[in-house]
Amino acid sequence: MEVLTELLAFWQAQAGKLGHQTLQHIGLTAASLLLAVLVGVPLGLLLTRRPRLAPVVLGFTGVLQTIPSIALLGFLIPVLGIGPEPAIFALFLYGLLPIVRNTLAGVQGVSPAVVEAARGLGLTDGQVLRRVELPLALPVLFAGIRTATVINVGVATLAAYIAAGGLGEFIFGGIALNNPAMILAGAIPAAALALAFDAALAGLQRLSARRLTRVGGFLLILLPLLAGLYVLPRATSKLLAGFSPEFVGRADGLPGLQTKYGLAKLPSVILAPALVYEAARHHDVDVIDGYSTDGRIKAYDLRVLRDDRGAFPPYFAAPVVRQAVLAAHPELRPVLEKLAGRINDSVMTELNYRVDYRHETPRAVAHDFLRRRGLWRVPQPITGATIRLGSKIFAEQYILAELYAALIRGYTNLDVVTKTGLGGTSICFEALRTGAIDLYPEYTGTGLLVLLQPSPATVDSLGGNPQAVFDYVQVGFRQRYGLEWLSPLGFNNTYALLMRQQQAEQLQIASVSELGAYLRQ
Amino acid sequence: MRHATLCGTRNDSHAGRSAASRYLLTPLPLSIAPAPPVIRVRDLSKHYPGHMAVQDVSFELAAGETLVLLGPSGCGKTTLLKMLNRLIEPTTGTVEINGVAVGQQRPEVLRRGIGYVIQQVGLLPHYTVAENVGVVPRLLGHTAAAIAERTSALLTRLHLPPVRFADQYPHQLSGGQQQRVGLARALAADPPIMLLDEPFGALDPVTRAGIRREFRELEELRAKTMVLVTHDVTEAFELADRIALLSGGQIQQIGTPHELLFRPANDFVRDFFAAERLALQLRTLRLRDLLPFLPPSTKTALSKSLFLGEINISLSIDEPVSPNYSVQEALEILTAPEASDAAAAQQVADASARYLIIVESDENAPRYRVALPELMAAFAHAIHHAETVWKS
Repeated sequence: MEVLTELLAFWQAQAGKLGHQTLQHIGLTAASLLLAVLVGVPLGLLLTRRPRLAPVVLGFTGVLQTIPSIALLGFLIPVLGIGPEPAIFALFLYGLLPIVRNTLAGVQGVSPAVVEAARGLGLTDGQVLRRVELPLALPVLFAGIRTATVINVGVATLAAYIAAGGLGEFIFGGIALNNPAMILAGAIPAAALALAFDAALAGLQRLSARRLTRVGGFLLILLPLLAGLYVLPRATSKLLAGFSPEFVGRADGLPGLQTKYGLAKLPSVILAPALVYEAARHHDVDVIDGYSTDGRIKAYDLRVLRDDRGAFPPYFAAPVVRQAVLAAHPELRPVLEKLAGRINDSVMTELNYRVDYRHETPRAVAHDFLRRRGLWRVPQPITGATIRLGSKIFAEQYILAELYAALIRGYTNLDVVTKTGLGGTSICFEALRTGAIDLYPEYTGTGLLVLLQPSPATVDSLGGNPQAVFDYVQVGFRQRYGLEWLSPLGFNNTYALLMRQQQAEQLQIASVSELGAYLRQ
Repeated sequence: MRHATLCGTRNDSHAGRSAASRYLLTPLPLSIAPAPPVIRVRDLSKHYPGHMAVQDVSFELAAGETLVLLGPSGCGKTTLLKMLNRLIEPTTGTVEINGVAVGQQRPEVLRRGIGYVIQQVGLLPHYTVAENVGVVPRLLGHTAAAIAERTSALLTRLHLPPVRFADQYPHQLSGGQQQRVGLARALAADPPIMLLDEPFGALDPVTRAGIRREFRELEELRAKTMVLVTHDVTEAFELADRIALLSGGQIQQIGTPHELLFRPANDFVRDFFAAERLALQLRTLRLRDLLPFLPPSTKTALSKSLFLGEINISLSIDEPVSPNYSVQEALEILTAPEASDAAAAQQVADASARYLIIVESDENAPRYRVALPELMAAFAHAIHHAETVWKS
């Protein structure tokens, strides 16, 4: 019930966007169907004349059908980039099999006696095809188009992942934000579209072959018109942004950024998080959202725009330790504090880059870092208890865990086991709270918004001040969970706006304010 | 083709018309054959991998002649037919139509000049009856008005009133009606040649007999040169001027029904007709063939007026018939009940009171007055004689 109210409120608030996305969705489906019909029907007809090719062609289109849609879109990006082209092409490939197969089946289903009689009367091969086989195959052919339509309306939601718009934008935004109302806001119209198209084509299929011929011609005119609905807000501005659905949806993401900087003239498309960096690298978009310590910033030569007005919440990393462990092993705290303030954003980016793109092991990278900073010591003989280190499942956390493990081994007689790759925040946190692990690196923003979850008023009162947030979570964790936040490491792994280094230099943009100023020029 | 209807009743106006037409019939078209052949087939063969469908077939067909390709299933008769309009291309040999090799014409142009009817009819299911009939004239670019008029006329002649049938779709018609539409479609552009592949094969026996009768009487078909494929012996004898009996892709014998029946070229031909021999002989032998075997007492010099007077005196019924009548037709007339007049039928219930007067169209030729026993005796003699001649 609550979801329903939220849903209606969401639709009301986003009515314009909903209409635009629906039109985009219809446009995507129509454009891909048009292509599939223009290619699939002649291909199917060719197969009726060259039946030996049929198993090969049907097999090939069948294989296309089995490629997972996300993977297919992924394959197409290096060739077609992002945006409508790869989306329409992928949808076209999915629509091909039912249309080719049903064209072939439809023509093969025409009574041989009818075809023989038609030839015997003196119709040419072309006339037999146009006046006899094709009209009589139309009901089956339409069934194929209907199948392709329903498939494409469904798959078109994925187009939102590659900046092609459509109702998937709400769906993936909702998934990223764990907002069921937002998911439904896109999913319900998508389902309704599929049902409506299905019902409409089912109605057409029941028409006589003669009327179908006329309707078929009408559809061939209608499809390009529908495809024309599909107009992206491109080429209307100096820069185009590509954002992940989560960034667009959450309050401290794009909306917060726009309040603080007023980036009204920055048109944006929605992209799968995994594709955002690729899109920037391939010049498909100019501005993207990312994480300030991501290894790809270095790998793809991107520039982090300084958040000079503090729009993004602070996500400073610090080790969170069980108080009982600190009390039992007083020598532990100073060892862990050795890294405090020693790693800034660009250092962390570099370390991440070496693991993610140079494929060095987190351990080798961690040890190398300690040696260069003069923190490295050979492991001591083990006489004491065992400290259990945890980490979430991405490179930065692996590296941090290896850093702490090496420090503990070098400076104390305690033994260390690492339990890395514990999935997401909640798994790590629960492991720490129940004593399955003794410490793991966490981020202040996560501790505040995901774990403590104070009222919005409290969050506002902190105002994105790094020190205030740190103090709040430190006190909160002590009181509520008996867990201790030690000093932050120094880097802030938060949202960031990124641009290609070269373009940013050329336009002399180093901060978000400068981006805003450039757009307003 | 030139045989008249087998009619049971004399007074039926329909039968009366066909009886009259019997006198007007020209003799067999073979006798007017000096005209060049319309269809000439020479050394035609069709080989499929591991299978000879048609081997070295040759024949000629004169204008207006009907050739029936007869034989068991798989004998190559349909393949042979389809090579005539190039639905199948021959491996070797030539087909000429009106002196032009068909291989030199565009197949669709060739086919538009040849009517084509098949067993499964093959009406275009998305066309109405009228549109189906109009297919070929439309291909030939006839005007809409001309097509409509022609369609309407043909449907009427084939007992499919256009008011009711023109706008119906094939699936709304019975099998017999569909076959008539198929025939109308083949005739629409009035092609001089017709190819028919088992045209009555898919119909039930009653419908089949009915349509076959219409087919034989159809004015449209009188002047056509036709090749008809069938495996039905009775149908072949009923419709053919000549029959080509095929087996294993080869013509076993080609000739008139009379020749195939009484002078079979080999055992295959003889055995092929064995089961229906008597029925075929009755159908094939004509009264003219029996004349030499009739007793002299039947010869009569009665003038027409006198003989008419005699009917009343003797209370017998005399039927004037042409010597072109088949023995079977004569038998049917002699044994048919008199439907028009119940009282007269009672009086002459004894068939011996009924006579046939065999009258030549030539007034001066002798006439014969024959009763049933004399007719049967003459028939037996004639058969016996034919057998003796063939054996020697």
